[in-house]
Amino acid sequence: MTTQPKTITLTGAQLAVRLLERQGVRIVSGIPGGAILPFYDALSQSQAIRHVLARHEQGAGFIAQGMTRATGVPAVCLASSGPGATNLLTAIADAKLDSIPIVAITGQVPQSMIGTDAFQEVDTYGLTIPITKHNFMVSSAHELLEVIPRAFRLALSGRPGPVLVDIPKDVQVQSIELPADESAWPAPGVADPLPEVPAEPLAIAAEMINGAQRPLLYLGGGVVHSGASLLATALAEKASLPTVMTLMALGAMPVDHPLSLSMLGMHAARCTNLALEECDLLIAVGARFDDRATGKLSQFCPQAKIIHVDIDPSELDKLKAAHVGLHGDVGQVLKGLLPLVKPVIREEWLGRVAQLKRDFPLVMPKVEDSRSHYGLVKAVADALDDSAAIATDVGQHQMWVAQAYPLRRPRQWLTSGGLGTMGFGVPAALGAALAEPERTVVCFTGDGSLLMNIQEFATLAEEEANVKVVLMNNASLGLVYQQQTLFYGERTFASKYKGIPDFMALAKAFGLDAVDLDEAADDAGARAMLGEALNRRGPCLIHVSIDVAEKVFPMVPPGAANKEMIG
Amino acid sequence: MNASTQSERQALACTVVELDVNNHAGVMSHVVGLFSRRAYNVEGIVVLPQGDGATSRIWLQVNEDARLEQMIKQVEKLEDVLAVRRHGNQHPVFERLEEFTRA
Repeated sequence: MTTQPKTITLTGAQLAVRLLERQGVRIVSGIPGGAILPFYDALSQSQAIRHVLARHEQGAGFIAQGMTRATGVPAVCLASSGPGATNLLTAIADAKLDSIPIVAITGQVPQSMIGTDAFQEVDTYGLTIPITKHNFMVSSAHELLEVIPRAFRLALSGRPGPVLVDIPKDVQVQSIELPADESAWPAPGVADPLPEVPAEPLAIAAEMINGAQRPLLYLGGGVVHSGASLLATALAEKASLPTVMTLMALGAMPVDHPLSLSMLGMHAARCTNLALEECDLLIAVGARFDDRATGKLSQFCPQAKIIHVDIDPSELDKLKAAHVGLHGDVGQVLKGLLPLVKPVIREEWLGRVAQLKRDFPLVMPKVEDSRSHYGLVKAVADALDDSAAIATDVGQHQMWVAQAYPLRRPRQWLTSGGLGTMGFGVPAALGAALAEPERTVVCFTGDGSLLMNIQEFATLAEEEANVKVVLMNNASLGLVYQQQTLFYGERTFASKYKGIPDFMALAKAFGLDAVDLDEAADDAGARAMLGEALNRRGPCLIHVSIDVAEKVFPMVPPGAANKEMIG
Repeated sequence: MNASTQSERQALACTVVELDVNNHAGVMSHVVGLFSRRAYNVEGIVVLPQGDGATSRIWLQVNEDARLEQMIKQVEKLEDVLAVRRHGNQHPVFERLEEFTRA
């Protein structure tokens, strides 16, 4: 007696949800709407996936980013067609520039109506071509079987990045027969095998490191993505390499490690940019020579030969020609380099770097005052340990935190680097808190950035997420105000707010706890309030007024060489 | 009169890039978008499906400038691009096509 092969009937929506479950997705964020309602209907039946209802699709996108940045595991955001999809765009573009592997799923009008200017129709596929690593328009329920695993594989493989899957409503409701035995389905998507590290350039690179007098290690976000932080630190220690980090790499080596020179570039300490001036070999690892890091490129590391390691071959020689370009996974390359590099203590060079650190340290005025810009960053760090995750929005506060917070582990630091998106902080911090609920997540923000996604306070309260929003309120767009003051003849324009919301009342209206450090009697009182707020579980706004005259210094004027630091 | 054909003029500064790609509705957009968003003009373009139509071949005629190396690396990264070949400044596809474009 033979039994017929068993099949099951699923709609496209049910299949898509099942594929996400199989992929290991447990939390998704999004907002439903007409064109994605069949998917939401299927999602409502999932026992495995929890949906977090954002208040704006951009918030949903950044919640997914926060989950991904904190863990490295691709997270999913959802939006309907038309405005739902266009609202996601900024969060997707942000993920592209920082190489964050999120998967966005959008509903689309039925295929029969595509191109007719149907209600809430927009060309999501066309709009997302330049801001995704890859995107799909799904034309049948069957295709989902291949497309969903592929979306995750692509997001994770090589240089990570966002992938979008646009699913027309008729595809979501289409019923298809599939093998009941899911092992007959395509397997969940995983990252492609890593490329082989080429032996010859590896040997040349090792020789260059061994022969250099003043080598410097330059770590980028790729070190974090590759999970290669410990290897990078090991290489630095073995070969006596003073190490600079990009904004994206902060924490890849503890920023207070003896070999660390912390962040390079526009707002680096003087000693950091001056060491780059003097180095004779620059070892760029998972970094892309971004203009905020290099300043005027032709004058960046003028004496140095360059070794450039990157998983993305198009980054090699893109902006700066490398003497040795190594295409490969940062971790694999570092693993290959370590045994080839001679253990050495470069007394003279380390002595010179130590001298630079002594002579040109980062100057942090008023750091002892917990209610000043640098002082607040330090006071927060003093009240927490390294398990805390630190998110920021974009602006002066972001740079003060990047300069002053003792970031000591990879994925501790969540910040919008490449796109520099104001409004990133709160939803990204929420995402991090959802992915790792045991952590305290701090979101440093400014009054300008906070208002750009403040609606997510409602989500924060609803989820009771352990996020502490530290608001540096200077009633202005501080970094714009600073640039106008320094470079536009003090013609400050459109950068001061005349109407200032009552942020304390606003937080409370959303259901958040709120403390105002301005009201503390003295510094000790403020520190006590701060410590109590940070260590009491649940979402909280911590408000501090900051003088608008405070600046992020040093600063390399835009377009200038890194040695031309002011302030 | 020193007459020169269109192809001879183009030969001075042009190069031809030949791509094998998957054949579906979004592929052309992906490819030409890489060029247009860098303000890099595509001078000529020919596309024809191959075999059973699952794949297509695209010939792009572009000006040879300093950005071309980077462009080709970017094209190679596209998921739907299966192979990239670079030709010199002349290619019979465009030479033969020329008779259709003569006024």
